[in-house]
Amino acid sequence: MNCEQARPLLAAYVDGELDTVRMLEMEGHLPACPACTRAVRELQQLQQSLRQESLYHPAPAALRRNVLAELSAQARPEPKPAFWSWFRLVPALSGAMVVCLAALLAVTLNRPSGHEQLTAEIVSSHIRSLMANHALDVVSTDQHTVKPWFNGRVDFAPPVKDLAAQGFPLIGGRLDYLHHRTVAALVFQRNKHIINVFLWPGSEKNSAPSLDSVRQGFNLIHWNQGGMTCWAISDLNPTELLEFTRDFAL
Amino acid sequence: MEARERLPAFEQTVLPHLDAAHNLARWLAGNDQDAQDVVQEACLRAFKFFGGFRGDNPRAWLLAIVRNTFYTWLRQNRPAIPTVELDDAALEVADPAAAGEALQTRQADAETVRRAIAALPVEFREIIVLREMEAMSYKDIAILADLPIGTVMSRLARARKLLQKQLAREYQTGGPS
Repeated sequence: MNCEQARPLLAAYVDGELDTVRMLEMEGHLPACPACTRAVRELQQLQQSLRQESLYHPAPAALRRNVLAELSAQARPEPKPAFWSWFRLVPALSGAMVVCLAALLAVTLNRPSGHEQLTAEIVSSHIRSLMANHALDVVSTDQHTVKPWFNGRVDFAPPVKDLAAQGFPLIGGRLDYLHHRTVAALVFQRNKHIINVFLWPGSEKNSAPSLDSVRQGFNLIHWNQGGMTCWAISDLNPTELLEFTRDFAL
Repeated sequence: MEARERLPAFEQTVLPHLDAAHNLARWLAGNDQDAQDVVQEACLRAFKFFGGFRGDNPRAWLLAIVRNTFYTWLRQNRPAIPTVELDDAALEVADPAAAGEALQTRQADAETVRRAIAALPVEFREIIVLREMEAMSYKDIAILADLPIGTVMSRLARARKLLQKQLAREYQTGGPS
């Protein structure tokens, strides 16, 4: 190996990157060449200068701690979003909330109140009972037949009266469904007018029968007696119907 | 692998090279705060990708991430500073033999060397740090910096010449001689 060949390889020699053959050749050349020898010593000197301990920047303890803390946080199971982070959604959510609120309001305004719904159900039930001869499950003018019939069919004992003497003969009873529950329905007759009385357990406080409302030409009278909520409905005129309910409530 | 299961392996495999990561970042960024930001970010990236690490050189792997993180950071934070043009003309240096005498017999003091390294263009600085301080092989540096091995060798040679020239100048102009 001559100087021309050796010069480009000096750095690799100093860095220990020469293969064995080249390294042996280099070690054969260097003792005979002061210029290359000096270049090698300069490289080695530079290397030593660069490898001074005070030039090295080890990681500060604080950095090590921070890195570990970050990694531990990352390694934790999916963190729940911080409370405040929800507020980033405020613009989107407020829009959605306005829409929801409007929808809710519309539904609420269209929905009948509890009372409205109940009277509507009573009217419907009364009309059904007239339409298809479905008025009666138990056909009897005998209150002692009708009253026991409800045993085992409803979880209460409805008051049953025969008011034939007052001109309101009992003609039977049936089960109906009102106000999200099974109720007792008693059917009375006044001439050709059918009177439905719906009863189910309700307020313990008695109240006198009073005309509640008139819907679709039907009169509805409401009262409480003996822990029962009672409704009477008929196309009978309100005066006679009130007379009937007072007799019933006695 | 779940992050929770990954952490112990990461701590054992990668974190022992945190010093090397910080040393490289510190020399590249030039100050403590930026260096720590770069290392912190790089470690999070490394942890994220640790599941895909299959190599046998976790130090080179971590340093590659530190290097990439640094250059990303550099583009975002110092866009005005152009990276050096690596043309040969800029690298013409006097024959080291002319200045070599001053360096031949003793080690340069640390502060002088520090200034000389800091004055290097960043592309040369990283090669010097990786080769001289981390004693990495040409091949590992080539993989780490995604350079052909010949480019690693030529950059290393040029970086050394620049350092020798700089150190020679320091010692000739009233340095501690």
